[in-house]
Amino acid sequence: MSIFVTPESKIIVQNITGDFGSRHAKLSLDYGTKVVAGVAPGKGGKFFEYGAHKVPIFNSVADAAAATGATVSVGFVPPPFAADGILECVDANLDLVVVITEGIPVRDMVRVKRAMEGRKTRLIGPNCPGIVTPGTGPQSTGGCRIGIAPGYIHKKGHVGVVSRSGTLTYEAVYQLTVLGIGQSTCVGIGGDPVNGTSHLDVIRRFNDDPETHGIIMIGEIGGTAEVEAAKWIKANVKKPVAGFIAGATAPAGRRMGHAGAIVGGAEDTAAAKIAAFKEAGIEVAATPSDMAEALKRAAQARGVKLS
Amino acid sequence: MNIHEYQAKALFEKFGIAVPKGASAKTAADFPTALALLPEGATMVKSQIHAGGRGKGTFTNGFKGGVKFCKTKDEAKDIAEKMIGNTLVTIQTGPAGRKVQTIYFTVASDIKKEYYLAILLDRATSHPVIVASTEGGVEIEKVAHDTPEKIFKVFVDPAYGLADYQVRELVTKLGLSAAEQKNASKLLRNLYRMYWETDASMIEINPLITTPTDEVLALDAKVSFDDNALYRHPEIVELRDLNEEDPKEIEASKFALSYIALDGNIACLVNGAGLAMSTMDIIKHFGGSPANFLDVGGGASKDQVVAAFKIILTDPQVKGIFVNIFGGIMDCNIIATGIVEAVKEVGLKLPLVVRLEGNNVKAGKETLANSGLTIVSGDTMADAAQKIVKLVA
Repeated sequence: MSIFVTPESKIIVQNITGDFGSRHAKLSLDYGTKVVAGVAPGKGGKFFEYGAHKVPIFNSVADAAAATGATVSVGFVPPPFAADGILECVDANLDLVVVITEGIPVRDMVRVKRAMEGRKTRLIGPNCPGIVTPGTGPQSTGGCRIGIAPGYIHKKGHVGVVSRSGTLTYEAVYQLTVLGIGQSTCVGIGGDPVNGTSHLDVIRRFNDDPETHGIIMIGEIGGTAEVEAAKWIKANVKKPVAGFIAGATAPAGRRMGHAGAIVGGAEDTAAAKIAAFKEAGIEVAATPSDMAEALKRAAQARGVKLS
Repeated sequence: MNIHEYQAKALFEKFGIAVPKGASAKTAADFPTALALLPEGATMVKSQIHAGGRGKGTFTNGFKGGVKFCKTKDEAKDIAEKMIGNTLVTIQTGPAGRKVQTIYFTVASDIKKEYYLAILLDRATSHPVIVASTEGGVEIEKVAHDTPEKIFKVFVDPAYGLADYQVRELVTKLGLSAAEQKNASKLLRNLYRMYWETDASMIEINPLITTPTDEVLALDAKVSFDDNALYRHPEIVELRDLNEEDPKEIEASKFALSYIALDGNIACLVNGAGLAMSTMDIIKHFGGSPANFLDVGGGASKDQVVAAFKIILTDPQVKGIFVNIFGGIMDCNIIATGIVEAVKEVGLKLPLVVRLEGNNVKAGKETLANSGLTIVSGDTMADAAQKIVKLVA
């Protein structure tokens, strides 16, 4: 099994005609992901053609969903229009919208998040690499790749990965794959201060997923979401969990690339988060090179087989 | 983006948030003109830099205090002349300090009591939160730690805005008199409106004061804005003071690089913010000290790598460079070619360790090995970090 998406999930790509959107739509098609529709206002009726693929383009998310039965959308919409693009998915009653866009104003996200309350649609991101459920084909093809992650580094298996950072997610996934340990689903929740799906939301789903046997949680400085997830893990999760927090050397008050990666108060620091991880029985990776090994240690300690 | 106090107070006035009357000047020659706008009597002289702790700061010329109370306007003029053009060192500026290029004169208000007031985003709820305290003019972190019962928070529903009952709750908890409550309520509503309409990240007023005539005034103002929203506020972009920013960071932003100077000697060049942060961490873990945070983004084009090397090399403390790239989608060989060209173009003499991983990594490593340059290759982040730490030791 997997969480949030399966290889059967039908995907809409918003702004499929943009540089970024079209490039990654092609990579997802190569991966075997069911990209069934594109959205580009004003270009409805045209097609996104790539190799043997001919993906219909629609003027709106609602049109795309109605015509194709898609339940998931991935947003490559530029920042000034990205919030609008999310609300379009919410009104089309999609199950999931994954937003890759970096640089959306906080106020827009505050409004979007409020407007999404009580609605069916889940948001992952923004400013995230997306989500990958690896497939069984060569280099994990045949899976569901939504976003911008490199598909080929994955391997189908039983470890769930959740992270705020893109390249750190790839780092963890790659380490696992090199050790022969596959992944159930890898979720990048994004580096913005206001996002849709939290570490805890993902951890809950991994905990309920019988095919996920172990979890790697990667966090960074800023906010308290990792601490909240660690507390829940301590009370509820029996599966082995390894963790890593980036930003131990970051100075207070400086934004480290991600809008959300900034130390404001004492609870925001890497030291506070690492302490919370240890308190929750999470095996902490001393360096980012140690993430997969840390999970192996945690699994051995609990007698759990990861592969 | 941060702005100066005098700019923040001009915005306050625009939004109906009461402040003591003030005037700014950028040169000593302009001091009389600025002071002429103020009434005779007690005057505050305030150095304008983007850092806190000004009052307790010291100028590099020995003069103590970046914020001074003066009994007369004449005295204010003399004091301001000791500040302008000089470098002020505070607990927040670091030892280098900041050059004072603007002085802000204000009427010295009679203070009945000091309070604290701020508005910012609460990340846990994704709602704006107003934070108020009866303890003003002191460090709010200390109040929160020692006497958390003296801090009051109101979470604002972004769909509805600040509700009247929430305003009543705050002014009541602050223990204000009826006359003060009336003024404070107006100030609170306008504060929320300014926060919302200007895409502010944070507005902090410390202290907010009451006066013997029941006025409620913002005595200080610290305002920052969401960089991602600046595109819709050209009038705020105009308030940007490049003198307050690191020239290396300004240069980096021109190439879509995210750069932050630190005080170590191992420069880093990394793709991705999380990986860049953890590259700094791993250098420290193995006993080294990072010279900077530098995220070249997902792409890492040759032009970006060249620009990044040039920026890194303007820091005289740098003794070695650690390039850490996880080329997920990007072809590692293209990145390697870019690194080789960049090294040749800038004539790099310092030790360079490159850790490449990802797509077409074998060809990338061969390009580095066959370049004729002394580029040390690292297999993992840990391996590469240990190598660069050893090379600069």
